[in-house]
Amino acid sequence: MIDHLRALEIISRHRGDAVVVTTMSAGFVWPKVSANPGLDLMHSDAMGKISSVGLGLALALPDRRVIVLDGDGSLLMNLGTLVTIAHMAPRNLLHFVLGNDTYLTSGSQSIPNAGRIDFAGLAAAAGYAGAHRFEDGESLGRDLAAITAQPGPTFVYLKVGPAWTASRARNTPARAMLSRFRAALWEAYRRMRPPATGAVGSSDDRALAARIEKLRARESSGGAGGCGP
Amino acid sequence: MTPRGPARPEPGQTVETRIVYEFHRCGITHVIYCPDSATRALRDVVEAEPGLTLVPVCREGEALGIATGLMLGGKEPVVVHQSTGLFESGDSIRGLALDLGLPVLMLIDYRGWRPTSPATDSAAVFVEPVLRAWGIRYHVLAPGDDPGMISRAFAEARERQAPVAILLAGEDGRS
Repeated sequence: MIDHLRALEIISRHRGDAVVVTTMSAGFVWPKVSANPGLDLMHSDAMGKISSVGLGLALALPDRRVIVLDGDGSLLMNLGTLVTIAHMAPRNLLHFVLGNDTYLTSGSQSIPNAGRIDFAGLAAAAGYAGAHRFEDGESLGRDLAAITAQPGPTFVYLKVGPAWTASRARNTPARAMLSRFRAALWEAYRRMRPPATGAVGSSDDRALAARIEKLRARESSGGAGGCGP
Repeated sequence: MTPRGPARPEPGQTVETRIVYEFHRCGITHVIYCPDSATRALRDVVEAEPGLTLVPVCREGEALGIATGLMLGGKEPVVVHQSTGLFESGDSIRGLALDLGLPVLMLIDYRGWRPTSPATDSAAVFVEPVLRAWGIRYHVLAPGDDPGMISRAFAEARERQAPVAILLAGEDGRS
């Protein structure tokens, strides 16, 4: 079993410039270890759906790694997401599940069939490109760099202890959080240097940056969408 | 604005082709779709359409999560499913589309819709009251109506920074 906080510290060390989306227990603790909070999005108020949000981001930003920090209880509320992610097959998606066999934030009730679910096996059977399970921090720290170097979608189940919940606090108001995250994302793309000639996806990157700028200008002007009668 | 995508549809073309034309006008990039018999033909047209990416989901609740991520990343998704899927995805509509102020367009097959008599299918009976309860604006696209309604609804969603629904009403009591 890996200490919950240590598991997140190890993930943070391997994060790079990834966007990180979090929910529930991991989301409450992640701010303690995150080195790039601007590109963190925490949302717990549509139970189980953070992996779906991560999938959408991964499809929209194919040249940036997207990390999902999910919980076992959360994943069970949206289990079909494994198949949907496998079908869309985003190479840049890294899906962690921090497993403590409980619905911690609702009072530590056990998840159904606790202790007997092979989550990595479910992901592998759904069609993820890679699926892994870790029960000790040493192995995770040793292998995570190699795992992140592989094309995704990749699933990593971490058997963790109870989360440190003293940091649990009311979420930042949802719209404020979203605005902050979106602004950081736009800033990240504005700062992005033109990739070297011949770099994979370079034209996509520039097109995306231009598109995001256009959307930002349109929304900041308070105007309508780009279509209409 | 200058329409993007294929040339303006000709009279006599299928409603699905005309809907896809509206998608292009709006700059839609992804169509997030949950299986439904009435929109099967639309799914097939979307899948074959250059410039649109079909994202099939296992259950409707996933759709607004994926739409949230796509929109944060600068894409323009539309969600397509049946009215029963609206009920299933209630927590995602509340916690994502409404709480985050997501200007997402939802095309919802209006199962059991009847033009001249009261609906008897509960999937039709409850859909409009539920949308009203959530404060989601909606428009009924009935047979013979101009699918240009879709582009107007897209603009409405942007203006209000809120989801807007198009209820796709088909033949009497279908599905």
